[in-house]
Amino acid sequence: MFVSMNWIKDFVDLEGQDLEKLIHRFTLSTAEVEGIEYKGKDIKDVVVGEILSCEDHPDSDHLHLLKVDGGDTVYDVVCGAPNARAGIKTAFCKVGGQVGEIKIKPAKLRGQVSNGMCCSAKELGISDEHSGIMELDPSLANGTDLKEIFPIEDIIFEVDNKSLTNRPDLWGHYGMAREFAALTGQQIKPLEIMENPYTGDAKVAVELRNELAYRYTSVRIENVTKKVSPMEMQIRLYYCGTRAINLLADLTNYIMLELGQPTHAFDGNKIGKIVVDTPKEDSKFTTLDGVERDITTDTLMIYDNDTPVAIAGIMGGLDSEIVDDTNSVVLESANFDAVSIRKSAARMAHRTDASARYEKTLDPEMTMLAVKRFIKLVKDIDPDCECASQITDVYQYKYPEIEVSFDKAFVDRYTGIDISCERIKTTLEQLGFETTQNGENFVTKVPSWRGTKDVSMKADIIEEITRIYGYDNFEIKTTLSPLLPAKTTERRKEENQIKDLLVKTYAMNEIHTRVWCDPDALKNLGLTPEDNVRILGNADDNGILRTSLFQSFLPVVYSNRNYKPSFGIFEIGRTILGEREDGTADEHRMLGIAMYSKETTEKNLYINAVQLINTIVSQLKHKKVEYTKIEVEHTWQHPKNTSAIMVDGKRIGVLNTLHPKTLSKIAKNAVVVCVEIDMDELLAVEFSNLEFAEPSRFPSMEYDLSLVMPEGVRFDEISTCWKKLKIKELREVSVIDIYDAQGIKSITVRFSFGLDDRTLTGEEVQSHIDKILANLETIGVKMKL
Amino acid sequence: MKEKIQKLTEQFGEDLSKVTDLTALETLRLDYMGKKGQIAELMKELGKIPVEQKKEAGQMINTFKQEVTSRFESKKEELVRAEEERMINAAEAYDESLPTENPCGSYHPITLIQRELEDIFESMGFDVEDYNEIVDDYHCFEALNIPKFHPARDMQDTYYLSTKNQLLKSHTSAAQNTIMMKYGKALKENNRPIRAVFPGRCFRNEAIDACHENTFFQMEGVMIDKDISISNLIYFMKTMLSEVFESDVTVRLRPGFFPFVEPGFELDIQCLICGGDGCPSCKNSGWLELCPCGMIHPNVLKYGGINTEEEPDKYTGFAFGLGLTRLAMMKYGVKDIRVFNEGDLNALSQFVSK
Repeated sequence: MFVSMNWIKDFVDLEGQDLEKLIHRFTLSTAEVEGIEYKGKDIKDVVVGEILSCEDHPDSDHLHLLKVDGGDTVYDVVCGAPNARAGIKTAFCKVGGQVGEIKIKPAKLRGQVSNGMCCSAKELGISDEHSGIMELDPSLANGTDLKEIFPIEDIIFEVDNKSLTNRPDLWGHYGMAREFAALTGQQIKPLEIMENPYTGDAKVAVELRNELAYRYTSVRIENVTKKVSPMEMQIRLYYCGTRAINLLADLTNYIMLELGQPTHAFDGNKIGKIVVDTPKEDSKFTTLDGVERDITTDTLMIYDNDTPVAIAGIMGGLDSEIVDDTNSVVLESANFDAVSIRKSAARMAHRTDASARYEKTLDPEMTMLAVKRFIKLVKDIDPDCECASQITDVYQYKYPEIEVSFDKAFVDRYTGIDISCERIKTTLEQLGFETTQNGENFVTKVPSWRGTKDVSMKADIIEEITRIYGYDNFEIKTTLSPLLPAKTTERRKEENQIKDLLVKTYAMNEIHTRVWCDPDALKNLGLTPEDNVRILGNADDNGILRTSLFQSFLPVVYSNRNYKPSFGIFEIGRTILGEREDGTADEHRMLGIAMYSKETTEKNLYINAVQLINTIVSQLKHKKVEYTKIEVEHTWQHPKNTSAIMVDGKRIGVLNTLHPKTLSKIAKNAVVVCVEIDMDELLAVEFSNLEFAEPSRFPSMEYDLSLVMPEGVRFDEISTCWKKLKIKELREVSVIDIYDAQGIKSITVRFSFGLDDRTLTGEEVQSHIDKILANLETIGVKMKL
Repeated sequence: MKEKIQKLTEQFGEDLSKVTDLTALETLRLDYMGKKGQIAELMKELGKIPVEQKKEAGQMINTFKQEVTSRFESKKEELVRAEEERMINAAEAYDESLPTENPCGSYHPITLIQRELEDIFESMGFDVEDYNEIVDDYHCFEALNIPKFHPARDMQDTYYLSTKNQLLKSHTSAAQNTIMMKYGKALKENNRPIRAVFPGRCFRNEAIDACHENTFFQMEGVMIDKDISISNLIYFMKTMLSEVFESDVTVRLRPGFFPFVEPGFELDIQCLICGGDGCPSCKNSGWLELCPCGMIHPNVLKYGGINTEEEPDKYTGFAFGLGLTRLAMMKYGVKDIRVFNEGDLNALSQFVSK
């Protein structure tokens, strides 16, 4: 929102103040100022000039040769304006002067001397009007500086609208001025209004049929014959971002910019009885910008009897618009439910200056003030106009009055500094809070313009006091809270350990992916999102949350397939496994690891993944992992190599290779292995406490067995053969060689035997080996010859 | 005997001078000192000579033996040294300038910035918590004093889900209520102030471009105790941000509106690049808007079970929110926000760390 400093000065005395500093304080105390513009700074030596004569340029079909009386002397001027003619007075910039970017120097235009420039309002930066040069009041003395006649000089600052969302009172200059009053320690001047001079019985009939209309105030004014607003008003409107249209429309805009209260001027000839209601059925309505809009049954409308004439709080209708021959006006100054207006405006994607204000929850008290201000302004400008009705005021919903009691001790505690009682009281009063003080106790009355939603409790009052006091003036202090240790949670520690392991030891790259599926990216890989919880407002396959990290990871692997011949990526992210019994989403914190390689075999990569998983579990939990082949759960998983990762008999995750049909889509000659671990299942696994055993003083005896492995026999099947013997002398078993060639698979296992109190004999070892071999025999495993 | 030894000594000198390697030396040693060597032969002969000459002859043999031994040793040393010399000369001087493969993984930039901040907060006595990404309407809005029809709740900003009253959390503040519930007991019973930060992923329905993301990270923090004041808030923010930026930052507070704080502030820091004079990165204002903060709204403290109807002001506190994604962009000079979530390893692999 643009704010004019001249306008502010109507209501508060800023004589002698450093305005730039004041605007800076406004940022720190009220709302953020985004920019300051000094209007009229680039206008120099522009005076009232009288065109004494006007002749056609001999060498041009549109230029004129003028003699202009600039007060001090008569200037020769070449001018192209179509309205240039002898006898009028215009804005004339003398040689040496400046109009915006243009510095006026003596010049020759097509051979004719020109010593100045006649200006349009646009050239002076005070309007969009550019159809011709300005035509000024003939009674003005030639040579008078235009800045003495019009408020061309002004400081305009722009306030970030977002910082005004909770301040309905700041959507007009009067409210802004109140802040400047408090910032400079003054009371704001009262707004000049006029009581309705009408004494007859006529009334604008108003009926509010819907509770979304809070208040409706209206008056009829006849015989408004002036059509053009005064230049001062036009300039203010223009500086604040609104174009002048005609007097009545300009007045409604002016009141809105001044008070923040939107008003609407209906053509008085077209209004009989005003009715406010929502329509019974969906319909169409053409607003005054000529656009036909869809009106739903939720949209609050203004009717003339049964005929819709405006969308409440948003925009008037084309048919009841003020046109140039309108002399009669019915003024609407109303208050509506903020949410209803916001939703209607959003629904029709048509946010107007009026609706933007209404959605901030305006003070209904303002409607009457706006009407009386309108009467004052219109009578001042057009003294012949007549108020032709009483003021109708239907006030359906009045906000409760709010009083807040507090004491200085509370202010001290909340601020941490000492703000005097006197300062508390004056600050509140300058902001319009009537405050009574009894010792260190206060009772303050929240003014109506702050009480619609913003201020209702003690903490709100603190804000009023402190923001005017200035946060820059605060003495800052540390808290006196006791210092107690804060421990990192196990949950966080495990995440950090895993990330460190994967990055530092396995040289993997951490990625972040979205929690919902990208159907296009999956389609590239021949996949579709699985049925799951979804984001509302999406159709087809869009907005479906992922059931596995690999719905995100596989597209990332695909897009990085040429990054390096081998890489690993991981993320700790969330997946959603449908709904729980109570109807909420079943969110899981998962670790996903994808390993990709063009340099090794799938089997090697798979074994690397097993080693990695075993390392994670052993480092974090000091436990062993078991793997159980399972049925595939997602279409990309390989039917033969999809296994549950088990610790303590509980499944904590899944390890798998890719189904050939998915793998073939990712890259030729590449292999991919996927690991997905539920971090909370892992967290739940207990750390296996270490049990210290004194190392034996007697050496181990080692015995190597080379075994031929029949097709399909897993290592855990052969290891059962010695595990079930429960040989207490068997200290350790390790695999020292795996040989796999020409269809023969063999494995060399090293057994270490030993006792704590003596050395074993060769015969003892041999007898254990014999038993092991006997067991191996039963599953068809023989010694290699 | 004497002549014999004399002769042998000469002979030995001659033999030794011909030796050029350790193998020949060993052969020679055996020749003289072996069980059947020359010295052993002399000893045998010693038995045959008359008794009165034995003593003298024995001494002569011994002297000879000592001489042989000592000359052997020095010859051996000489040869070993020569061999070492030869090995050194024959050795290759290795080229350490050859490029090597240095496997080095990378952390996501958010992890890096998050860890850095967590370390700072932990050093200041804050608990680090995290929170679900799917939350319910109550925690995300209601418990934060965001009324039913607040624009933040509109469909166009928030991802509502098909499940019961659930949504993807639109801000980390959604965890405030849970944090208060979790630590409130220790506050009330043991006077342990609540100090916690909770980083997390947030979601807002935005069209993605270089500056906008629908998935981003924030870190929220709260501190609640008796008598926490605005003055404390400013002190804390200044101290904490000075740690984050590793320099003494100047902060300023402006009024800012957030339904869950009162008063609410926008906190700016003086631009670290120009020091407040104005430059392109602070849009010539000298200040950078950094984080929203404020005194926790009394209703939020009430909903979090911290204050009761009977004692509505017993505890006070402040809350603040840091945009981790934005901090990471500032810190690492990332200009396009899409780098964070699009998984391009050419970009992400650069974020290595100690």
